[in-house]
Amino acid sequence: MNTGFKDRLLNFCFRYGAIIVIIGVVAFFSVRLPYFFSSANLADILRSISIVTFVAIGVTLSLIVDGFDLSVGSTVSLTTVVTASLMIWYEMPLVIVIIVPLLVGAVIGCINAFFIVKLRIPDLLTTLAVMYIVAGIHKTYTKGYTVYNNMQFEDGTKAPGKMYESFLQLGKGEVSFGFFSVPIPVLLMLIAVIGVHVMLKHSRFGRQMYMTGGNEEAARLSGIRINRIRTIAYILSGMCAAIGGLIYAARVGSGQIDAGSPLLMEAVAAVFVGFSVFGAGKPNIIGTFFGSVLIGVLVNGLTMMNLQYYTHDIVKGTVLILALAVTFYVIHRARTA
Amino acid sequence: MTNSFDAQPDNAFSANAARTERGAALRASSPDDNLYMLGISKSFNGVAALHSVSFTASSGEIHALLGANGAGKSTLMKILSGAYRADVGNIHIGSRPLHIKSPADAKRQGIHCVYQEVDTALVPQLTVAENIMMDRMGQANRSWWVSPRRIRQEAEKAMQSLGAAIPLTKRVEQCTLAEKQMVLLARILAEQAKVVIFDEPTAPLSHEEAMRLFQMMRSMRDLGVVVIFISHRLPEVFAESDRITIMRDGQIVHSSQTDETTPEEVVRHMLGKTFEEEFPKEQAVIGDVLLQVQGITRGRKVRDVSFDVRQGEIVGIVGVVGAGKTELSRLLTGVDVYERGSMSLNGVPLIPKEPADAVRAGIVLVPEERRKQGVFVQESIQHNISVPLLKALSLLGFVRKRNESCLAEQMRDRLTIKSSSVKQEVKYLSGGNQQKVSIGKWLETPAHVYVLDEPTKGVDIGAKSDMFRIIGKLVQQGKGIVYLTCEFNEVIGIADRIYVMYDGELVQAFQRNEVTQEQLMFYASAGQGGEWK
Repeated sequence: MNTGFKDRLLNFCFRYGAIIVIIGVVAFFSVRLPYFFSSANLADILRSISIVTFVAIGVTLSLIVDGFDLSVGSTVSLTTVVTASLMIWYEMPLVIVIIVPLLVGAVIGCINAFFIVKLRIPDLLTTLAVMYIVAGIHKTYTKGYTVYNNMQFEDGTKAPGKMYESFLQLGKGEVSFGFFSVPIPVLLMLIAVIGVHVMLKHSRFGRQMYMTGGNEEAARLSGIRINRIRTIAYILSGMCAAIGGLIYAARVGSGQIDAGSPLLMEAVAAVFVGFSVFGAGKPNIIGTFFGSVLIGVLVNGLTMMNLQYYTHDIVKGTVLILALAVTFYVIHRARTA
Repeated sequence: MTNSFDAQPDNAFSANAARTERGAALRASSPDDNLYMLGISKSFNGVAALHSVSFTASSGEIHALLGANGAGKSTLMKILSGAYRADVGNIHIGSRPLHIKSPADAKRQGIHCVYQEVDTALVPQLTVAENIMMDRMGQANRSWWVSPRRIRQEAEKAMQSLGAAIPLTKRVEQCTLAEKQMVLLARILAEQAKVVIFDEPTAPLSHEEAMRLFQMMRSMRDLGVVVIFISHRLPEVFAESDRITIMRDGQIVHSSQTDETTPEEVVRHMLGKTFEEEFPKEQAVIGDVLLQVQGITRGRKVRDVSFDVRQGEIVGIVGVVGAGKTELSRLLTGVDVYERGSMSLNGVPLIPKEPADAVRAGIVLVPEERRKQGVFVQESIQHNISVPLLKALSLLGFVRKRNESCLAEQMRDRLTIKSSSVKQEVKYLSGGNQQKVSIGKWLETPAHVYVLDEPTKGVDIGAKSDMFRIIGKLVQQGKGIVYLTCEFNEVIGIADRIYVMYDGELVQAFQRNEVTQEQLMFYASAGQGGEWK
């Protein structure tokens, strides 16, 4: 009887644990911090998680095909500075400013896929190497400087351009729906979450992705072109990170160096928290969204409590390891029972 | 089609020879070491798998536990070996009650399992002796120090009592599969085993290796161990066991001394049906050539293989394990790419680079490794069946759920897949039902040729005759079947033409009713090195 109770408690934790933790954390901060539950702050939280969510969607896609993409953080860094430089250094039209970073993300995904799918190098090792290569490229590209409006070059000349107002709308603008208005990045995030969720749940491609990740050999023998599916997953992952980079540039208004490096950790944590949202037990977009909400709330609340930024990694790491613990412990029990 | 198990070709399996030996053997049996499992019940998600089963096995006997897949025998054995816990019931050895909460508990109390995958239990870099004594070294209450001399002595003793001879200093990575199995058995003996469960132990072994394994099984019995033997192969059951217990639908339906029963009676108890139904061969019209294979070759495993398959025809390819049948099936369906030769389907040349190419052309594979390659165990029956049909079931890239579940329901009824619903995950199905899912996913596709690799492996007799019925329906629809198997009686039962594969080549071809099991066995094990008289 005792074990039955333990099993049910575990299952309950697995199904609703992540949701309860989110509610608990929000309640805690709301009581401790008078401004936490204000609409301005909540909008701010949503705005800040929109970037993490895009990156995390990419990680989710790579995990679904039983891969892993560690390079997403560096991809955000690179696309952020590329975006900024296209406006500030080269004054390109808006279309190009948006399309080129997306292409950069797709190319990085292609490179990952080539080494993982064609040459069969383990995904973690491939994307670890690519992560450093991309990080190196983005520092080389900017010579280590942040790209800001009319920045001064080493030779004393000034950059010709500024970030376009129209582009900055992507990070700072709002769309009003009668009584309330929604920040554009939040709107983009919601569209992406719903769109990708529907794609994964109901489309043929989504089904094939889950099948490929679930049993690659059986999927191949069933006539699924698994190499194509996995390649597309990595390309989509790179492009999601690129969108994250675009929004980051629009939000900050400059091309910060190493903007994306903390995002990898947050995104991975969000995805694994998502495993245990409603007991999914596998990578899924709704879970990932709740995961990034949890991360966003934590970072925001801790900042407001005047915790130094350098302590945040401890908290985020703890969230990740707890999420992993719940997920893998329950999955392991389910397999052996 | 009748099929008598007494007419098995291999004389070494003959019951008489084994029984004489058995009579002369020394017994160290004692009722204190008998195994009693009393009133065991177990259910999964509300579905009862065992209904108050009481199973008794005596010390010093080889006790065969038989039953169709899903009859509950593996559940019962998993409870005994600690992998599952019974809902109700208790287990004793002699008068001593056992409390088994985990596999480690079961081992401590002297209950061991012999698995097919020996490699997972051994450390390849250590010597034979060290592997035999490994459990001993791992125990916490032992001394800190390990004496190589004592290890050797004790390992030697265990080896001798098994009648096995492997150099103790040989490293396990250099051992053959059969030798590894010996090491495992010696290790179990060194642990003072009381009960040893052999679950389909001969499946991966050659004939001689199997004979050697039975020898060791008998040695264990003679030491007073309760030996429980699970097998789908009735000839070896009748040759080796002392007592037979049969399960069906989670209950024990029959138990008797082996020499007091017959294969026919055993099959009747397993099935609850009569024996004649085993090979229902459907009549089909044989039409034009569908698949033509010309000299395809890859490495040493498949060499210069040519044959054709006509509409409505079942072409059997038999051979012993390792003859290259699986490799051939993979070439035919694009899993591997052939190096030389050619193939055409309906007269159109076909060079499949990937399974997807073969599937598109209309040639599909039902692989031997069902759980690894045939089905998605984590997914529902519905999702499994719809995989190759997603395109037809989708509108603008989105899967229409209603059509999908409709299809799955239909397939479940047609194939008599036993499950609570089509949403049930495939991992909870028995082997036979998983196999039905594995073949069922192709049935609504426009495939012309089905390549079936050992489709009845690990499948109980009930599901087997269902499989034959499904195959019969397919040929009536004008499909062509390539049936690769090492079960000679099966091809004789259902194939229209039979090829014998030996060491990567097709060495003989026969028409239906032109060949006996003995002949097939002969050519499969001798290749072209002789002529059957």
